Amino acid sequence: MNATNVKSSVPPGVRLGRLSFVWRPWLVAVTLFLAAATFLLFCLSIGVGDFPIGLPQVVATIFGRGERVDAFVIMDLRMPRALAGLVVGVALGVSGAITQSVARNPLASPDILGITGGASAVAVFLVTVSGGAAAAVVSAVGLSAAALAGGLGTGLLVYFLAWRRGIDGFRLILIGISVSAVMEAITAWLLVTADIRDVARAQAWLVGSLDGRSWHEVQVALWCSLALVAVVACAAFPFKPMRFGDEVAAGLGVRYTRVRAVLLLCAVLLAGVAVSAAGPVPFVALVAPQVAMRLARRPTPPLVASGLVGALLLIGADLVARAALPITLPVGVVTAAIGGPFLVYLLVRANLRGRRQG
Amino acid sequence: MATAAETRPATAATAATAATDVRRRRAVGLGVLLAVLVAAAAVSLAVGARALGPGEVWHGLFAAPGADQRLTEIRLIVQTVRVPRTMLAIVAGVALGVGGALIQGYTRNPIADTGLLGVNSGASFAVVLVIVLFGFASPFQYVWFAFLGAAAAGAVVFGLASIGRGAGNPLTLALAGQGIAVFLAAMTTAVALADQTALNALRFWNAGSVAGVGFDVIWPVTAFVAVGLVLAMTTLPTVNLLNLGDDVARGLGVNVALSRAVGVVAITLLAGAATAACGPIAFLGLMVAHIARYVTGPDHRWLVPYAGLLGAVVLLVCDIVGRVVVRPGELDAGVVVALLGAPFFAALVWRGKFRKA
Repeated sequence: MNATNVKSSVPPGVRLGRLSFVWRPWLVAVTLFLAAATFLLFCLSIGVGDFPIGLPQVVATIFGRGERVDAFVIMDLRMPRALAGLVVGVALGVSGAITQSVARNPLASPDILGITGGASAVAVFLVTVSGGAAAAVVSAVGLSAAALAGGLGTGLLVYFLAWRRGIDGFRLILIGISVSAVMEAITAWLLVTADIRDVARAQAWLVGSLDGRSWHEVQVALWCSLALVAVVACAAFPFKPMRFGDEVAAGLGVRYTRVRAVLLLCAVLLAGVAVSAAGPVPFVALVAPQVAMRLARRPTPPLVASGLVGALLLIGADLVARAALPITLPVGVVTAAIGGPFLVYLLVRANLRGRRQG
Repeated sequence: MATAAETRPATAATAATAATDVRRRRAVGLGVLLAVLVAAAAVSLAVGARALGPGEVWHGLFAAPGADQRLTEIRLIVQTVRVPRTMLAIVAGVALGVGGALIQGYTRNPIADTGLLGVNSGASFAVVLVIVLFGFASPFQYVWFAFLGAAAAGAVVFGLASIGRGAGNPLTLALAGQGIAVFLAAMTTAVALADQTALNALRFWNAGSVAGVGFDVIWPVTAFVAVGLVLAMTTLPTVNLLNLGDDVARGLGVNVALSRAVGVVAITLLAGAATAACGPIAFLGLMVAHIARYVTGPDHRWLVPYAGLLGAVVLLVCDIVGRVVVRPGELDAGVVVALLGAPFFAALVWRGKFRKA
């Protein structure tokens, strides 16, 4: 085939040493745009509050050239919350993108891998059971940490229950759904038998919120998710050919069992980090990859863009919840209230244009 | 399930016999399930806070009202508590089983459940809304609003997914359903956080129970489920064709858009009616659809009836178990379905019994 008179539909490849990737201008542009939007919203979120700070001052302070007063308000008071939103959003977005890619199912999300269900069951148990042991646990390690332990425990349980000569996406998801159903049943039963005041407290935890984050909590979440994202970035290269099927991947020299196992473990841990920092924020992990896919016009969820969409959604929802609504709502309610309709809008728009998807 | 016809080259005659064999085996299986269901129903009439013997159940069902104090009491227990409860478990179980199998067939997604089209969240939202707006306190008052909410959510999801040229693409349907479902769930949470009465109703609603509903609710629910079942049965051969892909189905003469619409109406009626009466028990539909597919293979003409009967058996047995395990209290059927069913289901999954839809 003569390349000069046939317009190639294959985008050009780029090779850097041992790495090679395809040059996709649209994907890069969308990713850069999302990154810029995330940064903008991040600064905006820091600036809005009882003591409003202009955008230029916020940016200056973040880069260490601001005034003393601003620096105190921003770095000590508002940064933890904004950073928590960013970290949780990215973690959920990336985790969702991995889960959906590995399971090859757009309805999959780390929520059904057991983390959310396990964390919720433990948290509700600790809130509703007014026994000595439960109170001791809460005062010793804190509700979030105990819930995180429950979530990670359940997530790893799902992971090992699904292990049978390697990890298979379909098996993992079905077992995750089963374990989550058990956890949800336990939660429902605890709520039915509990005192109504405890139920209200438990419900507030179950929604997911960014209120009252301390620097310490956020730092832990930040470093954990950075490390995990680094692992994901390394594993993402051999993961690429796996969407053509295990046989093709094996033929290209990918050890697909190992890559899949590592990626899914990262997805579980990332979702755990998110739960520890904000509680079980629903839906971000499901919607972010789907939105990123449609914005970037890719057939599979792009990892970086998914993380950025997750962050945008979470920070944006937090901003709306604090600044635009007459009543205070936890961020989890607002992410679902914004994310759900936005996903539907993207679907309807694609339908109106008659483009096939998925 | 490799039949003889698949594993070795056979003449047309042996292939035909094998097919007849398979059909006979599946029919026998359905008969066995039906027998199990009848037996479970009998047990369900006898078991409860006050255990009844077979003779007492018989009296309770058929004896004429008399002066005997003890018999009158038994009659009361059987006819106003046990019979409605058993009947609702069967009706809701069939509805959720068939609904679960259909939604997986129509969306071609093995993790779809009956809550996918927003039915569960629509019902929950309607429940908390009418409690806050009208101050309803008892389930009898909000059952119909729950059904309306479920139906409205299903209609909105299908309407949104059908706009434009992508009409009713299974993926669009599933994702639009998820979008609407979480939106409604968020609204429900927002209301429940603000209003403690609503939160209180919501927690009982979420557990999912077949108890405490009278015939005034059960008959209409049964009627809706019956209509849903008739619609479902008419679409079964078409679902098989749709699973070959839209283009192939169209080539074979299927009106794809119409059959999707009928399917969604059927699923919404089935899941909506069952959910309105019992609360969300979505896992049941997912589970029995997979087990039925394992037994029958992907032929929906067999898969769906199996799923329906299995759903009824599972829900009824779980309700019976729930009555005896935590005496003197009761575990809600929805909770037992997950606690008992999920580990069993997970074990089957682990042993590699299921394939993708």
